Amino acid sequence: MAQITSFTVDDLKETMRTCAGVNEAVNFDDDIADVTFEDLGYDSLAVLEMAAKLQNHLGVVIPDDAAEQLPTPRALAEYVNVRLAG
Amino acid sequence: MTRRAVITGIGVAAPNGLGAEAYWAATLEGRSGIGPITRFDPAGYPFRVAGEIGDFAAAQHVPSRLIPQTDNWTHLGLTSAALALEDAGADPAAFPEYEMAVVTASSSGGTEFGQREIERLWSKGPSWVGAYQSIAWFYAATTGQISIRHGMRGPCGVVCAEQAGALDAVGQARQLIRSGTALVVTGGTDASLCPYGLTAQHSNGRLSESDDPERAYLPFGVGAAGYVPGEGGAMLVTEDADDARARSAPVVYGEIAGYAATFDPRPGSGREPGLRRAMELALADAGMSAGEVDVVFADAAGVPELDLSEAAAINALFGSRGVPVTAPKTMTGRLYAGGAALDLACALLCMRDGVIPPTTGVTELAPGCDLDLVRGAAREARVRAAMVAARGYGGFNAAVIVTKTDQRRSRWHRSPRSPSTT
Amino acid sequence: MAGERRVVITGIGVTAPGGIGTKAFWELLTAGRTATRTITLFDASGFRSRVAAECDFDPAAEGLSPQEIRRMDRAAQFGVVCAREALAGSGLEEGDVAPERIGVSIGSAVGCTTGLEEEYVVLSDGGRRWLVDPAYAARHLYGYMVPSTMACEVAWAAGAEGPVSLISTGCTAGLDAVGNGCQLIWTGRADVVIAGATDAPLSPITAACFDAIKATSPNNDDPAHASRPFDAHRDGFVLGEGAAVFVLEEREAARRRGAHVYAEIAGFANRSNAYHMTGLKPDGREMAEAIRQAMWWGRLDPADIDYVNAHGSGTRQNDRHETAAFKRALGRRAYEVPVSSIKSMVGHSLGAIGSIEVAACALAIEHQVVPPTANLHNRDPECDLDYVPLTAREHPIDSVLSVGSGFGGFQTAMVIRRDRAA
Repeated sequence: MAQITSFTVDDLKETMRTCAGVNEAVNFDDDIADVTFEDLGYDSLAVLEMAAKLQNHLGVVIPDDAAEQLPTPRALAEYVNVRLAG
Repeated sequence: MTRRAVITGIGVAAPNGLGAEAYWAATLEGRSGIGPITRFDPAGYPFRVAGEIGDFAAAQHVPSRLIPQTDNWTHLGLTSAALALEDAGADPAAFPEYEMAVVTASSSGGTEFGQREIERLWSKGPSWVGAYQSIAWFYAATTGQISIRHGMRGPCGVVCAEQAGALDAVGQARQLIRSGTALVVTGGTDASLCPYGLTAQHSNGRLSESDDPERAYLPFGVGAAGYVPGEGGAMLVTEDADDARARSAPVVYGEIAGYAATFDPRPGSGREPGLRRAMELALADAGMSAGEVDVVFADAAGVPELDLSEAAAINALFGSRGVPVTAPKTMTGRLYAGGAALDLACALLCMRDGVIPPTTGVTELAPGCDLDLVRGAAREARVRAAMVAARGYGGFNAAVIVTKTDQRRSRWHRSPRSPSTT
Repeated sequence: MAGERRVVITGIGVTAPGGIGTKAFWELLTAGRTATRTITLFDASGFRSRVAAECDFDPAAEGLSPQEIRRMDRAAQFGVVCAREALAGSGLEEGDVAPERIGVSIGSAVGCTTGLEEEYVVLSDGGRRWLVDPAYAARHLYGYMVPSTMACEVAWAAGAEGPVSLISTGCTAGLDAVGNGCQLIWTGRADVVIAGATDAPLSPITAACFDAIKATSPNNDDPAHASRPFDAHRDGFVLGEGAAVFVLEEREAARRRGAHVYAEIAGFANRSNAYHMTGLKPDGREMAEAIRQAMWWGRLDPADIDYVNAHGSGTRQNDRHETAAFKRALGRRAYEVPVSSIKSMVGHSLGAIGSIEVAACALAIEHQVVPPTANLHNRDPECDLDYVPLTAREHPIDSVLSVGSGFGGFQTAMVIRRDRAA
């Protein structure tokens, strides 16, 4: 993953799927970019797990309170993307 | 009127069958789930065969969100708990939240999950340890997850006593039913078949090193040289007998009529181990005589000296060849926390259908193991009461007696806070 | 309720940070001294949280033989040392009670993780080999894998041959194990129970798993003041280690032999929140239910409670959760009664702390002194009870409530009172 320079919501979906599974009531084919992690059925542990994965694999430092500061897939993906590009 | 604990639901995840009926059919046919280890290449190891649950697909039975945050041991626990509740026709939403509880046994926790995380920690650093290690590895994970999934807010518990643990869990469950809890999911599972898990098991000196799945685990038999480890177990739904009748539970498999646990004298004491005493106390607890027991599901260690001492305990109580004895765990391997739970499930099905499953592999009894060991094929029998015996590494002994509910005499039972009469 | 069996504490053994033995423990608490410091037991330099409450424990100096030291993980060593102290203090001699009437109920959240991790590092070449090398496996490795061996060690120390178990309900295990021990006596299955809990979680993997979920305090610059229950500036719990073990006896038997009685364990109850493995709803609903049930069991009203020994872990969510639970269960009395958390001084030793807190409660009754909450300088506005900041307080204490809350959603409450006839 080292050569990645842009990070999209679709990339994040893959991380979400492997780190935390998918809630039965949620369809990843829908536009979920602006649905909060909470509404997608992810608890704070799930968000921590995703954040740790992104941090370890992409080298992007994600704040401790990611769940509050970056509450949606779009917000988290953009946060990562900006730091990757920079 | 004292409450009586009956079993109304069985959920099984065993190497030779997923679901109670699939497991039971395989067991009666003598179909084994033991085979060469496939989870990793065992070439460099002194153990070659195990009872793996090959076709178990977590994805089909465990919610997607729970899979990454739990070890396989908990997947098997969640699966068998859901199957047991379904079998009991019990909808948790229909029970008061504080009157449902979960009491499970665990022998070694989420070993495979833990090995993966310790590996990350030591090869890559602390930040590589995942958020779920804190909830997946510890022994309480399965009870906690079952409680959350089914909204059970009553007095939950977790017991560790290696192979004897599930009988202690069932004993606790019975206590809860007696003191007013409406429904308890109880039993145990285990799944420590990763390289580190098996290496640790091998260090106890009791694992079979044979590579022949048919002949690797021969309890009470000539050629016994240790046991085969396996994964899986069973969960049972227990309720009060009258409550179960009142809600028209689809089936009442039997009553938990007797339970007792003892501990061996200190190593080196030269005194008799505590298994016979556990069996006697369980009989006394049930108010039964040995003659009323129709079959004994043995602990069946597969280690000659342990087999001898168990045979001696059984014979002291029942007389030489005085009771049919069986060990269907020859088809699954020893499942640790799951082992005695699966034996209990098997005993209940045995009573239901009047047929005792065989101990596979054993052709000739070892000298000194003078038992009526059901071998070769299943044996039809009238089974009104069954005893399950279990021993846990280090000195734990436990025995549970289950009886057909239609023959239970009405008896005075101890209330949870009054003194013993024994 | 004539003839009802009651349970009293007649012996106490404590191994806690800040001093080994019950006397040193009580001195630390009444002085309001903290035992938290920068981790020395392993190299924590790469960790988010580098503070812990460590025991200065020399197993040889505490009387363990070289063989016992080799065989036992640190947690088991703590447990045995405490059991011996408790037995010696109780005045019970071997032979006074039939071994079959002595039970053991030991709690632990993470068992022998420290030993398991150390061995793993050796067998995996520092975490580099998933296929660990079985050739180097220590003989006692299996004893580390199954935490039940810790209960065996205590049973051997006490000469117990009655019911023995290891209770592993995570961070409520210390209360649950004592509760289970009481059950054994209340129901007549044992007359004496060696009950308590032990944990030695100060190893890299356990520290890393709490790092990963940001549960432990990152206050590395001020380790002595890192554990800050109920303080507005609290930022997580501080890991600890240790053990406490009790001699529990049936009250009449204890009185007959003229034993010193510290206190009676009058009631116990546990409930689960079925909400989340780590999360707590702020309303404290299920913990309040456990408290109500424990008081009901002990026939106590909120007005009878003179001191509340809080779980008080120092995480943002816990302290608010349990403050709400106290108000819900005790009503107005919650505002009148002193509430304190000894975790401010000895850290959070996971499964062990519940028993260490029971020891603090028994000693508080013995000495009529409430231990303080250290480091509490700026009370969180959401935590608006009397938390006994900084300084121990002389106070008439008849009945004490102790609570625990743990991963898996478990909530436990116990009421302990001064021994009295009625």
